[in-house]
Amino acid sequence: MDGALELRGITVTYGGLTALSEVSLDVEPGTVHGVIGPNGAGKTTLFNVACGFTAPDSGTLTWEGARLTRLRPHDLAGLGIARTLQGVGLFDRMSVLENVVVGADTRARSGFWSSLLGLPRSSHEERQLREEAMTVLERLGVASYAARTPTSLPYPVRKKVALARALAARPRLLLLDEPASGLAADEMDELGELVRELTGEMAVLLVEHHMDLVMRVCDQITVLDFGRRIAQGPPAVVRDDPAVLAAYLGDAVEGV
Amino acid sequence: MKQRLARVWDASAGRHLLLALLGLVVVVLVVESVSDFRNVQLAALAYLGIAAGGLTVLTGLNGQISLGHGALMAIGAYTAALMLQDGEPPIPLLGIVLVSMLVALAVGTLVGVAAARLHGPYLAGATLALAVAVPGIALRFGETLGGEAGLRVRLPDIPEWVLDAAYFVTGSELTRSSYVAYLAWLVLLVTYVLLANLSRSRVGRRWRAVRDDEVAAELAGIGLGRARVSAFMVSAAAAGAAGAVMAFAVRLAAPSGFTLTLSLTLLAAVVLGGLGSLTGALVGAALLTFLPDVVTDAGRSAGLGDIRAAELAPLVYGLVMVAVVLLAPAGLVGTVRSAAARRRARSSRSGGGTTPDRRTTHTDAAPTGAVPTSKGDVR
Repeated sequence: MDGALELRGITVTYGGLTALSEVSLDVEPGTVHGVIGPNGAGKTTLFNVACGFTAPDSGTLTWEGARLTRLRPHDLAGLGIARTLQGVGLFDRMSVLENVVVGADTRARSGFWSSLLGLPRSSHEERQLREEAMTVLERLGVASYAARTPTSLPYPVRKKVALARALAARPRLLLLDEPASGLAADEMDELGELVRELTGEMAVLLVEHHMDLVMRVCDQITVLDFGRRIAQGPPAVVRDDPAVLAAYLGDAVEGV
Repeated sequence: MKQRLARVWDASAGRHLLLALLGLVVVVLVVESVSDFRNVQLAALAYLGIAAGGLTVLTGLNGQISLGHGALMAIGAYTAALMLQDGEPPIPLLGIVLVSMLVALAVGTLVGVAAARLHGPYLAGATLALAVAVPGIALRFGETLGGEAGLRVRLPDIPEWVLDAAYFVTGSELTRSSYVAYLAWLVLLVTYVLLANLSRSRVGRRWRAVRDDEVAAELAGIGLGRARVSAFMVSAAAAGAAGAVMAFAVRLAAPSGFTLTLSLTLLAAVVLGGLGSLTGALVGAALLTFLPDVVTDAGRSAGLGDIRAAELAPLVYGLVMVAVVLLAPAGLVGTVRSAAARRRARSSRSGGGTTPDRRTTHTDAAPTGAVPTSKGDVR
């Protein structure tokens, strides 16, 4: 079966250092695919390859059947791909609602002239985008912050706003970069439930080092170590894979 | 009826139009009640205000700095002056404003493409070069552009129908300086309505997104270059229109009118009023137009000689600038507005007690229909 996103034989080297070596993975439509590995395993590099920020030395990247080459960051949204940033990356001088509306911007159609003249079509669209953005904020339980600016909000709320912005684009592929970093245990549970809820709506590629979160929400897991793929499969399989146990998980899995 | 009015008000374009109409009424009242000399000043306020409005969009909404807007005004002014050499222009004055705007827009596009690749001090430097070079062009092509002395501007006779209309509305004869003041303020109001529409729309939101976080903006599908160039183009167009109005008001386009000081004045107006706020740009421009007069008069009545009194203006101007930057870094309008917002927030908190704490918000459904409208920077 064709994956929504296919990475084939991706190799990335920085100078003499091989960050990724012949890594392949498929993210099937409507499923959550997790990438785990210890620090320096190449997770972030893989993530940056997946969204075109890093061009691989060899290997191919295919999205919905088309090969992606020379992708510029602002082309992603138009391809139906959204990603979150490891830092929060919100627009600090815009309201929370506006932040999310920017996420939905890629679906807006009104152009310069109708904006300049304030034509009804453009203001109607604005209203619609605002309502959609509000719906996403409600879904994530942060609608009450809509009129605030991000800097005045606690970190977990900011992370949710950033996620809301990505979801507002209604992507077919959502790339989540360490979404659980800086979250407390109960907030992480909530995030897990949310990601689970997204199953069927869109494909999700999740890079994360919180093991139990990944085990809980992912349909497929790829384990990296020193730039190599050492295991791949559903959580139950990966958990018991001897290579994973030996190379990386060790005590962590026995403790789960 | 009330509902329909509310809907017009809610659509920001409708609100901007209504405010502009209100502004027009105020302009008529003011222009008719003051002396010719004040009308000349009002026209000066208008052209500074138009250019500052364009600059505040660029600097406040898109985060680009320009020290070259005086030069873009010069391009507009010379374009207008060239068309007004014999007092019988081929097109009406408002058409000349439009042509001047387009010429400045063309130049601004070139500068904007270069500017989109530069940041901070480099951008300031590049636009500074523009400010220094453009007056030099007037000297280099002295034959067509009048050299040091500049080009005199001959305004055509006021059209018959305008005189009739003015008499009908005000009951008095329209003087030339009030005619120019009307023209200037008409251009200002139209410019401000358009700029306000842009800043409250998708276009303005994209500009602000690029200003706040480049990477996040790109991930939302916004091309940085396009956003930056379009902001520069809009801003340059406003400066071109301002230049044409300046040519009408001053009746002269000469290099001495477009020194670096003009660019710095515009930037000062924008900073004084509050970055990104059109109201602020107008307030800042008003301060810079009238402050020297007021201070000089005050100095004279305090018993200073004429020269001493005139020397007071730059001093006070500098002090005001320092005071605003230190005490109200968001600018005059920005500070007033955020104080009002704080008070509103306080009163709603004590009144309704609706500010939820962090824990309860997860299940907190926002009241539907209470979708907050954007707190856009420009109002």
